[in-house]
Amino acid sequence: MKGKPVLEAQNINKYFYSPEKTRVLKDVSFQVTRGEFVSVMGKSGCGKSTLLYILSTMDTDYHGKLLIDEELVSGKNANRLSQIRNEKIGFVFQFHYLLNEFSVLENVMIPGLKLDKKSKQELEHIAMEKLRIFDMQDHALKKANQLSGGQKQRVAIARSLMNDPLIIMGDEPTGNLDKKNSDIVFKIFKELAQEFHQTMLIVTHDPEFAAGTDRIIEMEDGRVLRD
Amino acid sequence: MAKALMLARLKQTVVAAIGVVFSITMFVTLLGFMNGLNQLLDNLVLNRTPHIRFYNELKPSPTQPVELSDKYRSFHNVVRSIKPAASRMSIYNNEAIIKTLLDDPRIVGVAPKIAAQVFFNVGAIDVNGVINGIDVEEESRLFAFDDYVTEGDFVDLKNTANAIILGKGAADRMLASIGDVVQVTTAQGNSIQLKVVGYYQSGLGELDNVQSYASISTVQKMLGEPPSFVTDIQVKLNDFDLAPGMAKEYSAIFGIDADDIQTVNAQFEAGSGIRSMISYAVGITLLIVSGFGIYNILNMMIYEKMDTIAILKAIGFSGRDVNLIFITIAITIGFFGGVLGLFFGFIAGLGIEQIPFELDALPTIKTLPVDFNPKYYVIAGVFSLVTTYFAGYFPARKASSIDPVDIIRGK
Repeated sequence: MKGKPVLEAQNINKYFYSPEKTRVLKDVSFQVTRGEFVSVMGKSGCGKSTLLYILSTMDTDYHGKLLIDEELVSGKNANRLSQIRNEKIGFVFQFHYLLNEFSVLENVMIPGLKLDKKSKQELEHIAMEKLRIFDMQDHALKKANQLSGGQKQRVAIARSLMNDPLIIMGDEPTGNLDKKNSDIVFKIFKELAQEFHQTMLIVTHDPEFAAGTDRIIEMEDGRVLRD
Repeated sequence: MAKALMLARLKQTVVAAIGVVFSITMFVTLLGFMNGLNQLLDNLVLNRTPHIRFYNELKPSPTQPVELSDKYRSFHNVVRSIKPAASRMSIYNNEAIIKTLLDDPRIVGVAPKIAAQVFFNVGAIDVNGVINGIDVEEESRLFAFDDYVTEGDFVDLKNTANAIILGKGAADRMLASIGDVVQVTTAQGNSIQLKVVGYYQSGLGELDNVQSYASISTVQKMLGEPPSFVTDIQVKLNDFDLAPGMAKEYSAIFGIDADDIQTVNAQFEAGSGIRSMISYAVGITLLIVSGFGIYNILNMMIYEKMDTIAILKAIGFSGRDVNLIFITIAITIGFFGGVLGLFFGFIAGLGIEQIPFELDALPTIKTLPVDFNPKYYVIAGVFSLVTTYFAGYFPARKASSIDPVDIIRGK
């Protein structure tokens, strides 16, 4: 499976227009192949988060080409992009973004319900499996706001895995956690990479975290400094 | 999804729904009550008014003798001070006319009538009045005559010889109670004694002071006229909207005058039209106000749920899905609020219908009138869905256009 490109960025440029026109990404190009565990490093303000939002198709205001699963996504309409996000990308953010109105299990199921390819029973079963990976199965019926910070982040990761995405994108997934919990989360990522060969692209400013990944892309001033 | 969001903001959702319930309730109650009153007032006059009335009008003949003369026909003739011709009041060949009318499928029934000017001789003074000679059975079948006979039995008019039902006002003035005999003198000078068998009260005081009723044969006898003497033919139609056309049609065929109900009672139509317009306006205003309430609550919900919307979008919900969620919330509020509102409106209508409302002038009315026409319920139901849809439409559009990057980056 290795070698097939999952994500390909070609000469991506991005401008911010307020307060004045600034170029935040300068000709960023790289490729992520299947099974890679990549981290993007850099100081805050270097454009790494901006890059991630573009790669995740949420931000469409850029120049250059983006291919996901060898499909050109630049210029696709919003509905198609939503579909791609739902099907092929899993997200983990700095903040967990769980929905407090729902139980843990339902939170994990939401992407699956949206994809609407399996029955509810099947989805419940899959969601349970995902929770089990993170040892969270006992909390499945709790409301999301009854969990601790570290538990919430683990549920968020379980949610990102729900549709067996092609790639997981993380934006400082350990940024909000204490040492103990961020170690746990890091261990989870490591496991996903080693046992499930999950392709992952994680933005972080934590050198320790980056050191544990297969490949580090270092950014500075909107440019790829080192790959 | 929508359900969970609503449950999360249960209090606000319920408040919004109560707004809809209240406005729909008021809308239905108001319209039902208003139109109940309208119908009552209309029926007061329209029920008893024939849809078409045939009669001979006293009028000058349209062609004067000079115009018939060969010698002067080509001249401009000016004839001053023309007086009405002494034509007969009776409708010529009325039996044949009635027969023709009864064969017309558009006509429910026909009742002949004679109106006779009389004086009631009460001691030394004379009270003037009008005695209507009616076909008792047809009159009560077609024009609800019996409803307005407040005391006594209307059938006695037919079964008792020389019987009269006095207008309530006239009876009060003459101090005539049931069983008394009143002396009547016709315009021609004939005198007759009539026995009072009942009182008639229409609710229109002016009428009750002068109108009295006797059977048609009694009046013919009183006037010294043969049984073929009839001055009015009253017609009731299946659909009274046909009245103007049919009045013209038969007026031409029979060569007599005809009045239709629309022309005679134009002001009633206008009055009820304006009243229902006002009640619609008030009801719709209520609904629009509750629509703004829903709009506000949804807007607040969107501000509170920015994160949720952002993450939903990030994990693959499209703008359309988010839009749908908020529209669903709005429509759900509208639907349940509407259904409850219709129910409470119906209950309120039933309640109003129980309130006693007795007026001497309106003998047939015991409680406040309410119209339970399903039309108002349908209008209210549809309108509640439409307003809530629009109240949800703009917040939903705003929610669907939220850029998840803006929200997530801000954290």
